[in-house]
Amino acid sequence: MATPAVADTAAIRRRTTQTGDIVARLITLAFAASIILITFLLVWQLWSQSAATRHKFGFSFLFTTTWNPVTEEFGALPFVYGTVVTSVLALLISVPLGLGSAIFLSELAPAGISNALTFLIELLAAIPSVIYGLLALFALVPLMRDYGEPFLKSTLGFLPWFKGPVYGFGLLTGGMVLSIMTIPFIISVSREALLAVPREQREAALALGATRWESTWQIVVPYAKLGILGSIFLGLARALGETMAVTMVIGNDPKISASLFAPGYSIAAVIANEFSEATGQVYQSALIELGLVLFLLTIIINGLARLMIVATTRKGSKR
Amino acid sequence: MMSGNLIWRKSVNAVMLSVTGVFTVLAVSALFLILGYLIYYGGRSLDWNFFTKLPLPPGEIGGGMANAIVGSLKIVGVAALMGLPFGFLAGVYLSEFEDKMFCPLVRYVADLLNGIPSIVVGLLAWGLVVVPTRSFSGLAGSIALAAMLIPIVTRQTEQFLREVPLSLREAALALGASKWRTIATVVVPAGSKGILTGMILGVARIAGESAPLLFTAFNNQFWGGGITQPTASLPVMIYSHAIAPYEDWHRQAWAAGLVLIGMVLIANIAARLVLARGISVPRA
Amino acid sequence: MKLKRMSLAVAGLMAVAAPFAVAQQINAAGASFPAVIYQKWFEEYRKLHTDVQINYQSIGSGGGIAQLTSGTVDFGASDVPMTDEQISKLAVKPLHFPSVLGGVVPTYNVAGVTQDLKFAPETLSGIFLGTITKWNDPRLAKDNPGVKFPNADIQVVHRSDGSGTTFVWTDYLSKVSPDWKSKVGAGASVNWPVGLGQKGNEGVAGTVKQTPNSIGYVELIYAVQNKMAYGSVKNASGNFVKADFNTVTDAAAGAAKNIPDDFRVSITNAAGKNAYPISTFTWLLIPSHIPDAAKAKTIKAFLQWMLADGQKYAAGLSYASLPKEVIAKEVKQIAKIQ
Repeated sequence: MATPAVADTAAIRRRTTQTGDIVARLITLAFAASIILITFLLVWQLWSQSAATRHKFGFSFLFTTTWNPVTEEFGALPFVYGTVVTSVLALLISVPLGLGSAIFLSELAPAGISNALTFLIELLAAIPSVIYGLLALFALVPLMRDYGEPFLKSTLGFLPWFKGPVYGFGLLTGGMVLSIMTIPFIISVSREALLAVPREQREAALALGATRWESTWQIVVPYAKLGILGSIFLGLARALGETMAVTMVIGNDPKISASLFAPGYSIAAVIANEFSEATGQVYQSALIELGLVLFLLTIIINGLARLMIVATTRKGSKR
Repeated sequence: MMSGNLIWRKSVNAVMLSVTGVFTVLAVSALFLILGYLIYYGGRSLDWNFFTKLPLPPGEIGGGMANAIVGSLKIVGVAALMGLPFGFLAGVYLSEFEDKMFCPLVRYVADLLNGIPSIVVGLLAWGLVVVPTRSFSGLAGSIALAAMLIPIVTRQTEQFLREVPLSLREAALALGASKWRTIATVVVPAGSKGILTGMILGVARIAGESAPLLFTAFNNQFWGGGITQPTASLPVMIYSHAIAPYEDWHRQAWAAGLVLIGMVLIANIAARLVLARGISVPRA
Repeated sequence: MKLKRMSLAVAGLMAVAAPFAVAQQINAAGASFPAVIYQKWFEEYRKLHTDVQINYQSIGSGGGIAQLTSGTVDFGASDVPMTDEQISKLAVKPLHFPSVLGGVVPTYNVAGVTQDLKFAPETLSGIFLGTITKWNDPRLAKDNPGVKFPNADIQVVHRSDGSGTTFVWTDYLSKVSPDWKSKVGAGASVNWPVGLGQKGNEGVAGTVKQTPNSIGYVELIYAVQNKMAYGSVKNASGNFVKADFNTVTDAAAGAAKNIPDDFRVSITNAAGKNAYPISTFTWLLIPSHIPDAAKAKTIKAFLQWMLADGQKYAAGLSYASLPKEVIAKEVKQIAKIQ
């Protein structure tokens, strides 16, 4: 039986703990909301600082190939081309390698080895971009210039992609360095997607007489295809935004050429190289507009990746 | 006929499975190749000068990157000071105070922020800090790095707090604790290992970033006047030294690369070990 | 008693922190062309005045002008003088102070060639226009009898950033080749018909050094310090001249006597039988009004030192010192800095 005094104390305690809860909620809410604020600031910055070129060129900015700071004519196309080509090249190499490794790690390797190897491969994702650039510059470029590209030229030189002088620097080398950087993402996420496939699927296939490979390739992989696709988009998003490793080996030439041996330029690389020397409103605005284009590209790709990965986990958990 | 087909299928099986094994070996060996190069070239170039001397004018031998090492520590330290509590508290909100509309939005935006190329984040810090203050500064660099750190820590904190069993929270609440006391004294400690892991990995990630520092912290040949002045950092020094023609600078770039990757890998391994010890409270 | 201990502690802390606290930080950025001697100067100056740190970042002449315009540096540096339009964008008018003379040389890395190559103006413009594509082209052989050229593609390397060195190079090519002038023109940043772009003199030198059969253009010191081959160029008088202290000084001799008051002048393709045709002044861009009095004092003191003792370092680093008429005029300009 609570006396009035005790009842009062209890009420006070309830109020103070309620206040405490409210304060805690408000504080943490503020920080959570600030994340939205930061992103909003980012978009606003990119939008407002690129106003000069957006008004001057409009949508044609995306399709113009000239990049001339002297006459102040700017176009995004060479950079979009370089970004897309190096990223696609990267995926062409890293998807088969990554998916194959993911299959091995999820289907064949015993759990202990699989975990250990996955840990090692995920370490690749932690290596800073500038270190990839360092290695690419001193190890990969000479290799491509002295052996890789001449070999491709001599065997596949009739194709337009393998014509022209061999520098070592260029779109091909840029694509190769990006492929090593995207592999860990593809392996890691694909492996999770494959592991999430229910055992019954595999067992059913094997029970019907399929070989291990057939069960994997024809049943398990299609089942996990959303997750795998998600991993590819994730890797793509990373490749699109890579700066340092690319700028050290891509050749820094704002031209569009069919040959993969030719030097090119990516959006991130041109911003890194030219931003600190952009004289004048228009030049600076052009570079920031490029940043806006890159930002939009990565949002779209990342968004698609998330959708696919979420769809897979939901599908897997339905069982 | 049937057995011929079977033999074919069996050989395809054997070949493809070994191919996947080969691919895995290739992927893993990339790591060892990278480490090998760095240890070989970097190890040869690491010397006392590297850690203690300032950079010398181009062409002179014997300089070091002492200011870059200290500068990196300063910039990353300030970024961590800003970003870690921020991300942590945001993660607490997402996990503990569920809000049907707001939380998914914050999660989506946090993942968005996570995926933004680091050079674009650098542009943000440039516009917000460098332009109004009309000065390059280590602080601007720290702000750029903090903006990258926050979404990482937020999502990791949320993830590990969610894994704390509901029974733990209910027990605390049943004992009369308020919500915030439950969070502070029960839930967070229970998820602390994972949260710490997220923090370590996040800091390791931003420590290696070079692009966002290019036009925020800029660079400095000397010790600099503090965090409000241009500050040297290891990643930026690696870049400028690698593309220069001087053999001595290449040497130093390798050494710096080794130091940087050493720090990053130690942090990653430490974080995994912390996590592997498991959540501090056994599952109910 | 407690107060005394506290004040002792504070005094102790200040004594320890003092060296860092007092050091004056001055930030500058700009041309990579003179970066080698600038870094040397700022290092030597710091030895003489331990509290002064002049932090110079080599980001290209374009960068120097851009950062000066946005006010993020205390002064800039450029091998191309600022245009009237660029000057009009600054709130505070900048003063051009020539700091040193230098030469831009064609540096190359050709398999099997150990001799110094001779380049005629038409050959250089042909190579960089992409009309001369192989090292064993007869036009190269004409000026270099007896040299065995490989049958290899010429890999051209140029600047990817806004560069005063590029301006000097293209200014020269525009003067000697009407073809170049109409197709590309002169500028700190041009639409290169062919080649690989790299950042800074450092990047171009680094790439030429590592890429076989390549050619690029760099300030003399970058070729010398990296033991790279560089060729001689045919000057206006028809002689093949290699860049060095004397030939660069000769190039400036004519301009020195009549240098304009704002010191903005081009000396490419200068007259004189021993003049190196691709020479240039390089300038420090100092604001005429510096609000921070301590910084203004330090910068003026540095300029005095640069025009006197600083010039002694030029020869050793393959630059050329300023003509004395120019120095005398500049000393007078220092007084204009408020």
